[in-house]
Amino acid sequence: MTATATAPCNARIIPCLDVDAGRVVKGVNFVDLADAGDPVELAALYDQQGADEVVFLDITASSDRRETTVELVYRTAEEVFIPFTIGGGIRTVDDARRLLRAGADKVSVNTAAVNRPELVAEIADEFGSQCAVASIDVRRTGTPLSKGNLSTGARRTNGGAFPFEVFTHGGRTPTGVNAIEYAIRVTELGAGEILLTSMDRDGTRDGFDLELTRAVVEVTNVPVIASGGVGTLDHLVEGVLEGGADAVLAASIFHFREHTVAEAKSHMAAAGIPIRPADS
Amino acid sequence: MTRPLVAVLDYGIGNLRSAQKSLERMGADARLTADAGLIADAAGVVLPGVGAFGPCMAALCDTGLDEQARAAAADGRPFLGICIGLQLLYEGSEETPGAAGLGILPGTVRLLPGNVKRPQMQWNRLEVRTPSPLLEGLDGAWVYFVHSYAAPMADNVAAVCDYGGPVAGVVGDGNVWATQFHPEKSARPGLRLLENFVDQARAAAAGA
Repeated sequence: MTATATAPCNARIIPCLDVDAGRVVKGVNFVDLADAGDPVELAALYDQQGADEVVFLDITASSDRRETTVELVYRTAEEVFIPFTIGGGIRTVDDARRLLRAGADKVSVNTAAVNRPELVAEIADEFGSQCAVASIDVRRTGTPLSKGNLSTGARRTNGGAFPFEVFTHGGRTPTGVNAIEYAIRVTELGAGEILLTSMDRDGTRDGFDLELTRAVVEVTNVPVIASGGVGTLDHLVEGVLEGGADAVLAASIFHFREHTVAEAKSHMAAAGIPIRPADS
Repeated sequence: MTRPLVAVLDYGIGNLRSAQKSLERMGADARLTADAGLIADAAGVVLPGVGAFGPCMAALCDTGLDEQARAAAADGRPFLGICIGLQLLYEGSEETPGAAGLGILPGTVRLLPGNVKRPQMQWNRLEVRTPSPLLEGLDGAWVYFVHSYAAPMADNVAAVCDYGGPVAGVVGDGNVWATQFHPEKSARPGLRLLENFVDQARAAAAGA
């Protein structure tokens, strides 16, 4: 495998639906929540608009609500005919199995995988790397690089130190884990994709953390989804052309009808990015 | 219109339910099943799947569905493999050396060649090389691929996508067909292919 591919992939646009107790919410930095509708209905709408995938993030995921999540996946599989990922509160292979059996195409793991990275390998071994997504929430804190865990190329590119730290529990809990090292680790364990969220940018509408995105793309060989901070269609273009992301994730600009997915695709295509047309 | 019985072979791995629900949407009485009687009664048979060649083949054999799949392919009923379900039709795969496939189609599945990202995880355009009723309306369509291995480029490759060169997108002839992409995850074009398949199953049931 190689990180530098000669055949460019077609970019993907992925609306993200934050879900709490079966309803879509989107918080500014995950605190100030506003209701934006039925997740299945919204996902089907995005399918119709030409979205390439949909991600559901169960942001509360308390254990007594697990059934709500399975039910959501179950209903989505009947109405949505593009790939969809479910994340939030997945701690074991059995959790993943239930969601995949209910109709999810991929599961993303976050807090549980930071606590025990082997979870990524267990899911990849059981169901395949293609459905094992490592979701990484990052803040800039200046966590130094531990020794001997990164290629010399990556050290040189990035000056030997990284300001990026992994956070868990929806971006609230610092871990002391360096995000670049962690991204390498989870891909070695079999993650088939990385969902990379800048918690500094999430909800700000200031655009992706392009430096973070580029740093992760350069050290991994699996698709990277850039997430956190999209406020304009130009931000989506930057994520691909400057960040090097394979896919871009956004929420508010779609949920609040500021832009349709079709408009986003036209805008990206006009910028020279290969992408599936919305009306295909 | 009648809803033909389509058996979606359930060997217990990953997301097989999406294939069932999309076939239902396109007019089939689709059942996710490992029941030999039900499979024998079905007008059409679908072998779906996600995951790795070896574990999927092992699961297929554990449930006895390897024999069911071979029998369905041999008796002339419309048969559709999807993704790893395509790869399982071959004699083997580089993904799991030594594991025997179903051997319904000749040859070995090989790693995607060239300097490309693996898996190919993207929407890509389909180029139909051999028109057929199953591929009606699919030429030039965008469909969703996620795979690291691919079928050999032989005469039975009916449609390709471009990923560092031509890659088998649809294989088959006669009653046995398979797609490397996921029609159940390919929005309108994917549903169109499944509708074409359900039409064939309906016609086969009427003629039987």
